[in-house]
Amino acid sequence: MLQPERQILVVFPHPDDEAFGVSGTLAQYAKVGTPITYACLTLGEMGRNLGNPPFTTREGLPLIRKEELKASCDAIGIKDLRMMGLRDKTVEFEDDEKMVQMITDLIDELNPSLIITFYPNYAVHPDHEATARAVVRAVRRIPEENRPRLYGVAFANDTLKGLGEPDIVNDIRDVKEAKWNSMHAHISQTGWILQEEAKRKNEGATNEDNWLTIERMYSYRWHEDFEASF
Amino acid sequence: MEIVDTKKLQELLNSFANKEVYIHLETTNGAYASHFDEKVFNASAFIRNVKLRYELGKVTPDSPHRIGLKLHDNGWVYAQGITHYELDELGRLLMAGHGYDGKLAVALEISEKPFAY
Ligand SMILES: [Zn+2]
Repeated sequence: MLQPERQILVVFPHPDDEAFGVSGTLAQYAKVGTPITYACLTLGEMGRNLGNPPFTTREGLPLIRKEELKASCDAIGIKDLRMMGLRDKTVEFEDDEKMVQMITDLIDELNPSLIITFYPNYAVHPDHEATARAVVRAVRRIPEENRPRLYGVAFANDTLKGLGEPDIVNDIRDVKEAKWNSMHAHISQTGWILQEEAKRKNEGATNEDNWLTIERMYSYRWHEDFEASF
Repeated sequence: MEIVDTKKLQELLNSFANKEVYIHLETTNGAYASHFDEKVFNASAFIRNVKLRYELGKVTPDSPHRIGLKLHDNGWVYAQGITHYELDELGRLLMAGHGYDGKLAVALEISEKPFAY
């Protein structure tokens, strides 16, 4: 597992963002009693997986995803879940300064030693990018010597080309059950991925490089900041 | 939701005509479309809690259905690809088009009260 932390703050925009990228790492920290706060900005209201025949409606989806998010946090061991009340797809259209304030307030309250979010410019979804920008901006305002560690999840197709190999590579095999349960908690959105995963297993995949083995993140590179200032 | 029954849906559309209603209209191929396939052009649009009044609403007989709402003053609301509908417990008319892959492709919703957030 990674180095000990005093308090972790996780910031993602969608229920299930935590599950794929970092739920194993978080489960390891939860197991040793590290307090974790997860600020989830939206309820994924605009998710497209409603099934056919549909199992819910556009208006019913957020209620389902809220319960899934709570179940995922239970599976990981996150005891402090904050649902921040923004709407899926609209995060980048919020006032940029207001977004930074939202993150600054969380940092001031929690004094985290580690913050985990997406890596700006390598996060694919506009909500992910807007979240990453707000977090980086809030942390940038903290004097360098007091800044918490900042890890970013990057999964754009050009990540390796742009960022190279990740410096945070974490073996999570000891908590793979917790990670599976976290991914499974979001079954309304992850059903198809889990099916593929089960198929891989059946086909005798070597388990070397799947969701349940390794999690990767990048320490934020302040010397290659995504913007000069804000 | 149920598969569209043209007659029943037409009656529901009629019941909201000439009233102030809130509309949610959305169409999308998904925010990840060009992440998974770089040849896909990402496009989507939605409006939510836009208030209007229509004088005539119609559902076409062929499925997937098209819905057209003709507004006073030459305005239109149009949706293609509607497969399912329901009148929910809050009295809102929810219509949606669910693709063969189980993903929402289009949604049109009509409510006399604003939609939650
Ligand atoms: Zn997401």
